Formats: sequence, C-alpha cells, structure tokens
Amino acid sequence: MKRDPLWREELSIFSADEKYVNRRQFAKFLVLTSAGMFVGNLWILVKGWLTKTPVYPLRSIAKLGEIPIGGSKLFNYPTAADPCILVRTGETELAAFSQKCTHLSCSVYYQRESNRFECPCHQGYFAAKDGRVLQGPPQRPLPRILLQQKGDELFAVGVDLGEA
Amino acid sequence: MFGYEFYIDPERCIGCQACINACAECDTHRGVPMITVDFLDRANSIATVPAICMHCDDPTCAEVCPADAIKKGEDGVVQSALKPRCVACNNCVLACPFGIPKMMTKLELMMKCDMCYDRTSVGKRPMCATVCPSQALAYVTPETIARERREKPVNVFRFGNETVTTKVFMMVPPGETAVTVDVVDFMWETPETPETWR
Repeated sequence: MKRDPLWREELSIFSADEKYVNRRQFAKFLVLTSAGMFVGNLWILVKGWLTKTPVYPLRSIAKLGEIPIGGSKLFNYPTAADPCILVRTGETELAAFSQKCTHLSCSVYYQRESNRFECPCHQGYFAAKDGRVLQGPPQRPLPRILLQQKGDELFAVGVDLGEA
Repeated sequence: MFGYEFYIDPERCIGCQACINACAECDTHRGVPMITVDFLDRANSIATVPAICMHCDDPTCAEVCPADAIKKGEDGVVQSALKPRCVACNNCVLACPFGIPKMMTKLELMMKCDMCYDRTSVGKRPMCATVCPSQALAYVTPETIARERREKPVNVFRFGNETVTTKVFMMVPPGETAVTVDVVDFMWETPETPETWR
C-alpha cells in the first residue's frame, strides 16, 4: 500500500491529529505553571513561618589530644545523616564544618598544604578558618558547627548556617 | 452523537425558510444563516430544497484547505473554518461538491454549517431541525426514520466517477441506493455555440 505523503500527516484534516501546540494550549500552560509557582512560593513562605528554630543536641565529638595539628576528623552532627569535618589548624585553633559542599552536596576534604577545604566534584574551595567560599561554583559558605571545649573533650553544640 | 442522525427530505420542503431564520438566531453566527433554501427550477416549479453541510466522510473542503483551517472531529462533524487560520482563499467554496461553504468577504472567513455543534454536541437538535414544520430536516434516530418514512435514507452520492459518502442522509425513493448527480444536467447555461458552427 502506498504511504501517504508527509504533508498529509502533518496537515491532517482530523482535529484529533493536531500535533502542534496551539496558542491557547500555550497560554494555558503559561497560566497554569505561573499559578503553580505562585502556590509553591506561598507554601515555602508559610512553611518558613511555621518552622521553629531547631534545638541542637550537645554531643561529644572528639578528645583534644586525638587530633594532631593539621589533622582532621569526620563525625556526624546533628543527626547521623549529616556528615561533618573537624580540623585542627593550630595549637588552639579548631573548627568544624558541615562536610556537604553548598553547591551539590559532594563531600569536602581538608587540604593541609593550602589550609582549605576542597570539593573534588567541581573544584570548589572553602577557607578552613571560617568556611567562606574561595573559588568555584558554590555560592554559600559551609555551615559551621559550633564547638565547646570542656576539659580535653570537644562538644558540638549547634549549627551556624551562615546567612541566618 | 447521542444516537441521532440528520435526514434531509427535499420532497417535504415547503420553502417556508423557517430553518434560515432559526439558523440566523444562533449566537455563534448571529444574523448570518448557514443554511440556504434553493429553488430547483424557479421558472417552472415551486419545489425547494434545503442545503446544509453534508459532513462528508472525506471532506473535500478540508482536503483542499491550504491553511489547515477546516477540521473534522472524531464525531464526524466537519467544523467551520478556524478564524485564526482561514486565509479566505475560496478553495473550499469551489471544491465542495454540494456548494455549502460560504465566503464571508468582510470577515475574510469561510463559514459553513457545523450541524449546530454547540447544540448537537450536548444532545440537543440543530436549530433548523427543531423548527422545520414538515420535517424535511429531521434530526432523529434511525429507528424513528425507518418507522415513520416511506423513503429510504442514503448517504452515498455519485458525481460522475467520484463517490462521496456523508454523515448526513438524504431521503430517496425506496429502491435507490445512491444519489447520482450529473452536474451538467443542472447547468442552466446553454452551450454558446455560434450559429455558423452548427
């Protein structure tokens, strides 16, 4: 059987065969997606109003003598699903940050030579001192884990998200 | 749609033009009737015939439309031209074997009978069929037409070698299976042959 030419398929006389998006469908799509985004933003706003400030637990994360100068230790805080990294950059200088890169949540690692955190996924770098972005795609600093020292034991007491 | 079919019986048409006025009442094309009532042979007869769109199975008007403006729905109704698409080229007007599409020159738009789509798509009868006093235009079930009419409905039309099947039925004398139209028979012009050639 002879096949119909392409124009017949594209310009079918049946309205059911209309494949192209017409103006009304496009306008409907625009209106519905805008409405969806508006509702989504409202939801985020309401959620922000309703969410209370989280209460962070006090947790022992390391002994002071455990980490050498220039060394680091991994731990989880505030939950087991939040990897963090503790670094000792000097005799009394200790800092802890979330290990999740603020770009796409890859793990960051401490580089002793340059005293900074490196995210290997997209070459993002953070300062080891305060967690601010040095270079690369991340836009926000690493969330800082607030530390407290009692005797020779280190405790994590909270999370400073940076912009709050 | 809803088990109803459209039947035209020219024999019953009394030329009252109620259908024209009812059609023009419609809000989708206020004041412009999409139906005509034609005199078959004005000089010798009062016989009239209503002309509505026959909604061909393979609509020639839609086939020839270069702008893709005439569409046929899944229910078999051939819609009037889409306003954003129609380029007023008159192809459909010239192509339709039944002479149904009309060019609205001022609107630059072809308009034709769409079987009162706003009504029939929700189960109501078309305007013309509701007012026709002799039911020359009938929108009823096939059972009703078989029970109440002597004539037989056919939807096959022969124009020379071309066979056209339609959604709308024409009532013909029993025994006929198709309406055969020889277009030349209906031409009113006499051949213009100079006297000297005969």
